[in-house]
Amino acid sequence: MKQDYNVDAAGFYGVFGGAFVPEMLYPNVEELQNSYLTILQEKSFQKELQQLLEDYVGRPTPLYFAKRLSAHYGAKIYLKREDLCHTGAHKINNALGQILLAKKLNKTRIIAETGAGQHGVATATACALMGIECCIYMGAKDVERQAPNVARMKMLGATIIPVESGSKTLKDATNEAIRDWINNPVDTHYIIGSVVGPHPYPDMVARFQAIISKEIKNQLKGDPSHVIACIGGGSNAIGAFYHYLSNKAVQLVGVEAAGQGIHTAKTAATLTLGTQGIIHACMTTLLQDKDGQIIEPHSISAGLDYPGIGPQHAHLHQTKRVNYHSVTDQEALNAALFLSKNEGIIPALESAHALAYLNKMEIKPTDKIVINLSGRGDKDLETLTKNLL
Amino acid sequence: MQLKEIFKNRKEPILNIYFTAGYPALESMPIILNSLEQAGVDMVEIGMPYSDPLSDGPTIQKSSAIALKNGISTSIIFEQLAKCESKIPKIMMGYFNAVLQFGVEKFCEKCQQNNIQGVILPDLPIPVYQEHYQTTFEKYGIAPIFLVTPETSEERIRYIDACSTAFIYAVSTSSTTGAGTGIQSAAAYLQKLQTMQLNNPILIGFNIGSKADFDFASQYAAGGIIGSAFIKQLENSTTLENDIQKFIKNIRPKN
Ligand SMILES: Cc1ncc(COP(=O)(O)O)c(C=O)c1O
Repeated sequence: MKQDYNVDAAGFYGVFGGAFVPEMLYPNVEELQNSYLTILQEKSFQKELQQLLEDYVGRPTPLYFAKRLSAHYGAKIYLKREDLCHTGAHKINNALGQILLAKKLNKTRIIAETGAGQHGVATATACALMGIECCIYMGAKDVERQAPNVARMKMLGATIIPVESGSKTLKDATNEAIRDWINNPVDTHYIIGSVVGPHPYPDMVARFQAIISKEIKNQLKGDPSHVIACIGGGSNAIGAFYHYLSNKAVQLVGVEAAGQGIHTAKTAATLTLGTQGIIHACMTTLLQDKDGQIIEPHSISAGLDYPGIGPQHAHLHQTKRVNYHSVTDQEALNAALFLSKNEGIIPALESAHALAYLNKMEIKPTDKIVINLSGRGDKDLETLTKNLL
Repeated sequence: MQLKEIFKNRKEPILNIYFTAGYPALESMPIILNSLEQAGVDMVEIGMPYSDPLSDGPTIQKSSAIALKNGISTSIIFEQLAKCESKIPKIMMGYFNAVLQFGVEKFCEKCQQNNIQGVILPDLPIPVYQEHYQTTFEKYGIAPIFLVTPETSEERIRYIDACSTAFIYAVSTSSTTGAGTGIQSAAAYLQKLQTMQLNNPILIGFNIGSKADFDFASQYAAGGIIGSAFIKQLENSTTLENDIQKFIKNIRPKN
């Protein structure tokens, strides 16, 4: 039986997904639901996006054979270099796709949430490129720990609104962006930064990030044995998995942030510890207490510090198509240092979670492992040096 | 009194007051209910605090966070209601996830036991309600209350009217709660609603904070709902009873 891992006509992946939005957002979400596939399939849209991805982002990004890493682990290890994208992470693939969509919908104002600041920078970049007003919501704690990205967004002309509610991180920034959209329903498009939120966002963002696995397929001879990616909301992971989902010969691995450990309260390991419920207008798995109140997560990496996960991942977890694991703050830090010293690449703390999983898996000499290096570590230098040097 | 009768028998505009359960103190709800009943309020909307209230502005975000810190939960709300003597007609408002985790059937059963006649869950889509929960709501006699906004199309307003059984909650402006912009700018939209001759009566909510706002809303609908402005009144209150009497007197001087 062929299993379908993609979204159904009602916006669900099995029991997960949907659009649990208040009536105030119904027209906005409905407009997107009714138009996104048509717009994404328009020749002119595809041509413009393709051109930008090549000339502006620098795609295709290399698939780099990591010789010293391979020797160390005793297998063939490849890094998909999303860190070499303009702005330093995969987030730009989605931001450019959505800004072109927003233009087609005649929107004149863009809002976005950001955790690590990578999606904020990508969105501010896309807005500067198109000359559109841009407003970025960012948790006050993240404004502090990702200062370089805050400065970049300011340079790019975006307004940054620090969010003081809740845990002052990505979840709360997303809440505030959704509230902004409720208050500005006509002229504003909300560029969500991951495969989360109400339908059609998880599917739309997945389609924009699917270019990652499309390129890997072209760049790698034969199938990889494993594709490994870190998971915050899950967009770089879905992008890296997308064209392999129906190929069961390829093992897909998602790596969540365990924070200080899955047996502590300071964790963001959603699929390991979470239960089914609703967050940011979609049915998925999330960290919540028995009353359904959302639990504040923890990760040293701002981009993974999120109590939910995209609904498609919840479905891929339930159907066991993808294996999900978690690594701690410390394991990620060590992996970041290891890659820096052995390959001359300083990874984002998010991506370091995917790298750290190499120490936890059983590796065979015949394995061909692709790791999605979702971003670079410039933004994390302060955290990295404070903890490692 | 049943919701239907309240709307049928009304002699003056219906005043519906929203408050957050567990705020300002864990045990405030019984006092608030009694005071509102004595002040002649027609019905109340009990807010179930949620950690991430997406449709709410700063005032209700804050009251919800404090209530949760005070230790309120869905089960405690029902425990308090069971002990409460006030007979004032009640509906409940909250976010769907909290009800989902409590158990929808158990929730409806508790509502019935405690004389809760209607429930507003703004983030529960109508098709999901109809497919999974309508029979349960009907079994326990709980009316689902749906929202319309200035951006809701006429076709969809008619659809929402057809799905409703008690009243329609008309959000006055495209905003989160407590935007404080007043509702005078909503005249054209409210007039449109009025001339549509819907089957269900309408209560207007969001941004009603003063007597002027309430009177304005009442021209177009069966009445209005006051939330954030009432919560603000409780914020610095030392005697809830007095402050509530005073607040309601301001809205409805003749009672
Ligand atoms: C470099 C990098 N990787 C990963 C993520 C996590 O997001 P996602 O799981 O959607 O890829 C972020 C988010 O900020 C990021 O900046």
